[in-house]
Amino acid sequence: MTADRVVIAGAGQGGLQAAISLRQAGFGGAITLVGAEPGLPYQRPPLSKAYLPAGKAEALVLRPASFFASKDIAYLPGTVVEEIDRNAGELRLAGPDAPKRLGYGHLILATGTRNLRPPVDGLEHACGLRTLADADRLRARLATPQRIAVIGGGFIGLEFAAVARKLGHAVEVIEAAPRLMARAVSALTAERFARWHRAAGTGLHLGTAAASVDAGGVSLADGRRIDAGFVLLAAGVRPNAELAGAAGLETGNGIRVDAQLLTSDPQISALGDCACFPDPRSGRMVRLESVQAATDHARLIALRLAKGAAEPYAALPWFWSDQGDLKLQIAGLAGPEAREEAVADGVVARFDAQGLAAVETVGRPAIHMKARKLLAAEAPATLDVLRDVAAA
Amino acid sequence: MVKVTYVAHDGARVTVEAEPGESVMQAALSNDVEGIIGECGGAMMCATCHCYVDEAWEVGAGARAEGEEDMLEGAASEVTGRSRLSCQIKLAPELDGLVVHLPEEQL
Repeated sequence: MTADRVVIAGAGQGGLQAAISLRQAGFGGAITLVGAEPGLPYQRPPLSKAYLPAGKAEALVLRPASFFASKDIAYLPGTVVEEIDRNAGELRLAGPDAPKRLGYGHLILATGTRNLRPPVDGLEHACGLRTLADADRLRARLATPQRIAVIGGGFIGLEFAAVARKLGHAVEVIEAAPRLMARAVSALTAERFARWHRAAGTGLHLGTAAASVDAGGVSLADGRRIDAGFVLLAAGVRPNAELAGAAGLETGNGIRVDAQLLTSDPQISALGDCACFPDPRSGRMVRLESVQAATDHARLIALRLAKGAAEPYAALPWFWSDQGDLKLQIAGLAGPEAREEAVADGVVARFDAQGLAAVETVGRPAIHMKARKLLAAEAPATLDVLRDVAAA
Repeated sequence: MVKVTYVAHDGARVTVEAEPGESVMQAALSNDVEGIIGECGGAMMCATCHCYVDEAWEVGAGARAEGEEDMLEGAASEVTGRSRLSCQIKLAPELDGLVVHLPEEQL
């Protein structure tokens, strides 16, 4: 399973990591990294956190321009992949400096996600936060004190809300689900964050959807009105799977891949936020939006392409979110059926019939790191062992 | 500019010049030094930028940040008294000439 020409579609942290790891693993063929955004590949996580008030764009850059030359990686920024022609083994590209067609021996899809636009009238009045350009626009908007409405009480919306509140803005968060971060964390952890945000002075409107946005604010489905000079849309994302779907690859909650992270075409892999893969612990098909999944996927694909390694993907998921002075860390992945139990101050266990599935910690980094070891170990982790770890 | 030398696990030395204010982790990545990953970008969330401060710089490099010791708990290689997360060492003129040693693995 060797290919002499690898093309990576998508130059986010996962796509770049695939190029880095291919060279580190000794891959000697041609590598082309194609990215839709201008500039060098950069880190996204800080965009909703430290970057907003005062960060420097240079510090977000993952590798300098010299890296691409020294590693013989062709980088095509500002280039859109318009079509995958699987019969010809070629991509059709559009971009100022890109060839019209680019052949591949193996294609890695790292196309990421885009912001979900829920069926809300007037969304053209709202800003999103996904790219460096978005963050720069938001920073300019944050320069003068104002009333801000945030649609979506997930990680991005809440991280942004914490920053905006600290800068002195009046902030209201609108979440359609009955609690914050419902997809990602337990009710106990969500409640702790809700208390923190309320204490910081942020208004939380839970269990009610935004119905429409206009130049003066947001109208809620329950009839209430949130006046705002500025509205952030942070209602989650959609995987960019259309390109794969149009090429006849299997899709569904992203681009479907197997335990080797191969799509239904053995010449094409997919990684990161756009890839729907079998969770090593439960076997369920999952799609994760995290730096960890993107980079660990990239390393596995690179080893397979460079060395023919055939190990199934088995990395433990982990996540983080900084909201004000609360540091949330999650080790493992809890399914929708997982139950929850507070194990110690700032430590919540999520468990199911198989045992411990995930550990959420707030401001307890040592327990987070121990939980990662515990969950990554071969033996199924139990709640009792976690209790011992937390008590130690 | 501040000079920093990275000594790889196999003994290979690389010296780079960095801006004051940059972290030892950022300086490694922006100068293409292998052996430091820095997966979380310096948020102290991952422990993949582990380094050992050279004996001569043990005091100069300063103390561990709050929470740093806890994250080092999860470092992939042995943790010693001179272990630091390189994202938490901010370069300043008085650190010109700093030497750090890199662990065998970061993952």
